[in-house]
Amino acid sequence: MKEKRPSFYEECINKGVSRRDFLKFCTAMTALLGLDPGGVAQVVNALETKPRMPVIWLHLQECTCCSESFIRSSHPVVATLLFDRISLDYTETLMAAAGHQAEELMAETMRNHRGEYLLMVEGSIPMKNPAYCCIGGRSARQVVEEAAAGARAIIAWGNCASAGCVQAADPNPTGAMPVHRIIRSKPVINVQGCPPIAEVMAGVIVHMLTFEGIPQLDGLGRPKAFYSRRVHDTCYRRANFDAGLFVESFDDDNARKGYCLYKMGCKGPNTYNACGIIRWNEGVSYPIQSGHPCIGCSEAGFWDNSPFYKHNPGVKGFGIEATADQVGLVIGGVTLAGIAAHAVATNIRKKQMIENKTEE
Amino acid sequence: MRSRRTLLREVYVWELPVRIYHWVNALCIVILCLTGYMIAEPVAILSASEATFGYWFGTIRFIHFVVAYVFLFNFAFRIYWGFTGNRYASWRNYIPLKLSQWKELFDVIRVDILMIKNKPVDTIGHNTLASVIYFAFFGAFVLQCVTGFGLYAKMSPAYFPKLFAWIIPAMGGDLIVRQVHHFLMWFFIIFAVIHIYLVFYHDYIERHGVTSSMIGGWKFIEEKMAAEEENKEQAS
Repeated sequence: MKEKRPSFYEECINKGVSRRDFLKFCTAMTALLGLDPGGVAQVVNALETKPRMPVIWLHLQECTCCSESFIRSSHPVVATLLFDRISLDYTETLMAAAGHQAEELMAETMRNHRGEYLLMVEGSIPMKNPAYCCIGGRSARQVVEEAAAGARAIIAWGNCASAGCVQAADPNPTGAMPVHRIIRSKPVINVQGCPPIAEVMAGVIVHMLTFEGIPQLDGLGRPKAFYSRRVHDTCYRRANFDAGLFVESFDDDNARKGYCLYKMGCKGPNTYNACGIIRWNEGVSYPIQSGHPCIGCSEAGFWDNSPFYKHNPGVKGFGIEATADQVGLVIGGVTLAGIAAHAVATNIRKKQMIENKTEE
Repeated sequence: MRSRRTLLREVYVWELPVRIYHWVNALCIVILCLTGYMIAEPVAILSASEATFGYWFGTIRFIHFVVAYVFLFNFAFRIYWGFTGNRYASWRNYIPLKLSQWKELFDVIRVDILMIKNKPVDTIGHNTLASVIYFAFFGAFVLQCVTGFGLYAKMSPAYFPKLFAWIIPAMGGDLIVRQVHHFLMWFFIIFAVIHIYLVFYHDYIERHGVTSSMIGGWKFIEEKMAAEEENKEQAS
């Protein structure tokens, strides 16, 4: 018995969301996806007519900040999108069921919607010892592999699922791995960030609903619509960078004037994300606007490229924290010492040679 | 007056294109290291004026990018010349495939580095150890160009830098690529220090005029060594 899954629009109306709000949401999403105004009709049509999309949302080695980011999204329609439009058949954090009942739900979804459901993964997968992350007696890896087998596509939420985040930072004690390193048979969309911006998460889902395909991805598997530009390129402080106006310390006058945070370790020039455009909390602000350098949370290995407040990363393997420049200077110093010693020896040799040659 | 009578022969070692390449390359490396270091650690040249009226940091970056192009194509030209230039410029010098080259390599280490053997190694062009290090240096050129243009690709609308964009996903993101690019800068600096010292050293000990040879192209070689080289050249 297959009940007819209501469309997203029907869900919205039932929940008391007005058609006006629904259309506003569609327009905002169209703009976020970078579609032309004609795309609004496509989005509206998709959300009005297409049945709900079954979703399995797994929580592995993570902190749930991706879910938090998404459900904290101030747009009411986004909440509807998450809870009603997509059918969140299984998600440990938010579902009412528990224990065997919950596992049964997941198995049922995998059975009934094979090849249709979307697998969303939050968190990395420990490869060293399966005991580091187990759900219902199965290892994280088993759970992901089983769920991935029948999935239409996989969305890897956040840095954990896309690159391993903090738990994969050196020395990576659990052998944490991102989803795309383990599942190679299905398309994996890396929605990067720690956490990703709620509107970006919504945008990716709306894209999947509207076009029934995966969005265009960059070389690191991130949707191009949101991750094709550096935070630096969309930064409102960029003019200060080009003019060489930098904050030298957090409490100086330059910080008050809103100069560029490059010398405070801002990773904006190396980070691809939409923070500068979409911003956070309904577009209120984003780290740089609040006077804090970007820490590069949507880039793989951003913990290992610490410290956050220095532009040049530390070097591991040296007892003390060293930067590339310090290492370079030490090697340079050793080189100069070697040259000095060599030069002394050469001069002794040269003297002998002059004497030998002139005696010949 | 201390003097000695030796028959010397002038040998044309470095052709004009090689010499031009050398000095363009040297200039590029100096400018790239200076501007590159400044991009990593900008100096605090602050003015009271608004950001709209200043662009010095943008200019520094512009110079870095322009010189990077010069550096890359100059190097590409040198590779070409390795196939068309004279025997001293040939690619065969840089990759030791012959046993005699390996013998010479260890000889150079014994004579010039460790100084445990006193008879100078007879070479007219690069000695094998130098050539092998230059080959590693060329590897650094390639890596520096790939990482540099890879980082540059996203901020340029041009087609050419996009040819290098693959390095970003291959290495796992901008952060690590940037670190490699920065580390390699130090390789260039240390290379330059050792390179200049060794030029002085060889000129000092071997007296072939190696320093001025990169300006004029000619070296002053003992008649015996030059004759041997000539015989070898005719034989091959």
